[in-house]
Amino acid sequence: MVAVVPTTGNVAPAPAPAASAQRRARTAYVLMGPGLLWLAVFFAIPFVTLFLTSLQVPVPGKPGQYMPGFALGNYPAALNEYWPQLVRSFVFSGIATLIALVLAYPLAYFIAFRGGRWKPLLLVLVIAPSFASFLLRTYAWKTILADEGPVTSTLNALHLLPEGRILNTSIAVIAGLTYNFLPFMLLPLFAAIDKIDPRLVEAAGDLYSAPITAFRKVTWPLSLPGVVAGTLLTFIPASGDYINAQLLGSPNDRMIGNVIQANFIQFRNYPTASALSFALMAIILLLVFGYIRRAGTEELV
Amino acid sequence: MARREVEDLHLRGLTKQFGDTVAVDHLDLVIPAGSFFALLGASGCGKTTTLRMIAGLEDPTDGTIHIGSRDVTSLRAFERPVNTVFQSYALFPHLDIFENVAFGLRRRKIKDVTAAVETMLELVELAPLARRKPSQLSGGQQQRVALARALINEPDVLLLDEPLGALDLKLRRQMQIELKRIQHDVGTTFVHVTHDQEEAMTMADTVAVMNGGRIEQLGHPADIYETPKTVFVANFLGQANLILGTRAGESSHAVAVSANGVTFEIPRTRNAATGDSVIVGVRPEKITVIDDVPGAIVPDHVTRVRGRVTDVSYTGVSTQYLILASWGQELICFEQNIKVGDRCAVGDNVILYWAQEHTFGLDGSQGLHAGMSHGEVRLTELNLDLVREG
Amino acid sequence: MRRRWGRAVIPIIGIVVLVYLFIPIAVVVAFSFNNPGSRYNLTWNQFSLQAWENICGVPGVCTSFVTSIEIGIVSTLIATILGTMIAFALVRYRFRGRGSTNLLIFLPMTTPEVVMGASLLALFLNLRFPLGVGTVAIAHIMFIISFVVVSVKARLQGMDPRLEEAARDLYADPRATFRYVTFPLVLPGIVGAALLGFSLSFDDFIISYFNAGTLVTFPIYIWGAAQRGIPVQVNALASLVFFVALAVVLIGQGVNYRKRKALQR
Repeated sequence: MVAVVPTTGNVAPAPAPAASAQRRARTAYVLMGPGLLWLAVFFAIPFVTLFLTSLQVPVPGKPGQYMPGFALGNYPAALNEYWPQLVRSFVFSGIATLIALVLAYPLAYFIAFRGGRWKPLLLVLVIAPSFASFLLRTYAWKTILADEGPVTSTLNALHLLPEGRILNTSIAVIAGLTYNFLPFMLLPLFAAIDKIDPRLVEAAGDLYSAPITAFRKVTWPLSLPGVVAGTLLTFIPASGDYINAQLLGSPNDRMIGNVIQANFIQFRNYPTASALSFALMAIILLLVFGYIRRAGTEELV
Repeated sequence: MARREVEDLHLRGLTKQFGDTVAVDHLDLVIPAGSFFALLGASGCGKTTTLRMIAGLEDPTDGTIHIGSRDVTSLRAFERPVNTVFQSYALFPHLDIFENVAFGLRRRKIKDVTAAVETMLELVELAPLARRKPSQLSGGQQQRVALARALINEPDVLLLDEPLGALDLKLRRQMQIELKRIQHDVGTTFVHVTHDQEEAMTMADTVAVMNGGRIEQLGHPADIYETPKTVFVANFLGQANLILGTRAGESSHAVAVSANGVTFEIPRTRNAATGDSVIVGVRPEKITVIDDVPGAIVPDHVTRVRGRVTDVSYTGVSTQYLILASWGQELICFEQNIKVGDRCAVGDNVILYWAQEHTFGLDGSQGLHAGMSHGEVRLTELNLDLVREG
Repeated sequence: MRRRWGRAVIPIIGIVVLVYLFIPIAVVVAFSFNNPGSRYNLTWNQFSLQAWENICGVPGVCTSFVTSIEIGIVSTLIATILGTMIAFALVRYRFRGRGSTNLLIFLPMTTPEVVMGASLLALFLNLRFPLGVGTVAIAHIMFIISFVVVSVKARLQGMDPRLEEAARDLYADPRATFRYVTFPLVLPGIVGAALLGFSLSFDDFIISYFNAGTLVTFPIYIWGAAQRGIPVQVNALASLVFFVALAVVLIGQGVNYRKRKALQR
């Protein structure tokens, strides 16, 4: 007599009858088509050409020119020559990411929990520095960290500087990386922390936990998605950066980005440059897929 | 506003299926023209889905919808002469009140809307707020805007999806009266969906009680309240005492049912049971309670039950008694506080009696708890446990 | 006592970090008022308004600035349109291949610029496509699309679906529903995405540098000048951009704030 009926008042929307669903899917494809096509042609396909270029061989008799080939040996050769820079990139950006997390978390927490009606203004202040050219801001650190400048002099007086200066050392490069990518860490962190219901922290306090414990057991775990997102969004671009290394570091501080740029633009050694780019990308893709495995794809965009 | 000529709304075999779930099960309904009609039921009974199908916001899996002789089933929402007042009001936040109300008129390419909008705003008493945005209005005001926005289009049917749910009690009562008045003045058919049985009975000319995608009973509020035909209706509208028994005989005007050693007489017209298993029912407010002492006077031609008082709740207007009947079932009784002298107290032995014409009979195969909320069922079980221990 | 001290730690660190973010800005702006005395604008010499008065004085500065603006406008326009369409498709329709679509949109946001710039260059080189304004614009459009999709999608998802139902109920056909209800409500998200896209394009260096050939955008000019000494005019122009952008955002915030205040009355 009476079939099973849903127990909640809100029933999920039904899948539309077959014909209409097809029509709707087609509209979706039409809408997405141009944009996705653009991305496919100018983002996805270039990876293919990058890979193909990395396999090119020199044209015999014409130094500096290359033709299509299958020289997989380009990879070991390139990595053999430049692995220090590759490792250095990951180390630098790893340290920078960590420092960025330590710096960004309190600020994100502050804005989310204590911001109140100043929240929008504070967020504007966080993003505002990005309105000025990042090249110039990085260049400005040359002034701030100059050998005779106040910062270096003070730290020198405290005997904290192993080399007696900051500029043209790894410290400057890492400091630059941290500075440049701090907003990338901060915004996802803020987004996640902002979502936390402050009453949960209150409830923890009500249930006899000290503030530190409440943080450890409630706030930190709940903010984890933001931490992961921020870490990815900071570490990945930082490992490919070369501006900071060029402007603030010494020739010993060159990162993989510098190498790729040099090989592409100056040496025109396209196969080597492409091989290095592709290797860098492959490593990063591994990280991203690891993340997707845990988080799924709907949360990405 | 002049009363309009409208036509009956016919739902024939209306069905809506979501995957394996049947939300609305072959509904056959005629909603009389110009009436205030209520679709009453608990969450998930299919009333909102039915409403959405009438509006055209949901496509029926089967069945038809006719306004008079016009088949509107295949018409899309924006082609139907039907408008909706949504539960969350759904006012356009980027438009002011004037433009919200004028929206339907503008979409129908009506050029000069000012006069009509102003009249409608006067009707709902919101004229001075015409240029405000919805977020600047209170809940009650927003609700009236939603009403105005729908009514201004002079639809053949106006649908209201639990419009008063978000309002506080006083405001709700006020709006109930206003809605009734407006409906009477305007003459449009109102179809009001609600889970609040008091609201449905107060406002509607006709109430349809829905359960599991089907209509359990349909009629004038007084009729379905006084003479429920199913256990669900008996329990869902107010409260009822239901006693399971067996048919024991009949006469020309009544059916006798024997339950737990007591014989009840049910007028034939009030008996919905076809078989031998009959549930005897009576509403709590029909029962009188007197102390079972020598000299107690009980009128003739009443149904009489003996029991012991287990709970007395004084609510000002009335007193609610819980009485453990002689066979171990707990009965509820509401008495208006007009008795001179003391009320009965817990532990007293009492006699319950009520006029036989207030008894109704229901089919015994249904179980006694349909229509009660989960909490209510739990409470009766708990009460009985406590009572039997004590 | 210890409790109150503990509570103060977070705001203090927070504010310190905020100030830290602004220190280089302060330097950039301050040094736009410097008269360097040498080619390198690295140490403070004396106060001067020379750079501001003669803001296009150095050849190439203003040309590159204008080029960046032009590329920014064109790229943002196209990317916003393409990205908005994708966002609508993702939120409002069902189709197969959501996972791959999401991936394709997400990846550009997490790919290092070096890799994107390099791979595009590899494509153009192999196709013998001439490098210049076209290739730079193509590249910019490519990486802006993802950001537009994210912004517009968020805004669309936040919209009450009942509003469109109400519009249909009130005689609006699909086109009218879009025009009078959906679009006005999504517009702030689209505008926000466009502004974000423009700033990404204007300030982009690495991808542009790889694919510009002989074209000079503002960031490319700065990079080139960094070796020879950055002219003070560059600081002036950059400060100008900073203050204009800041003003735009603050005015937008101010308008929102006043709107919200009015609602409370």
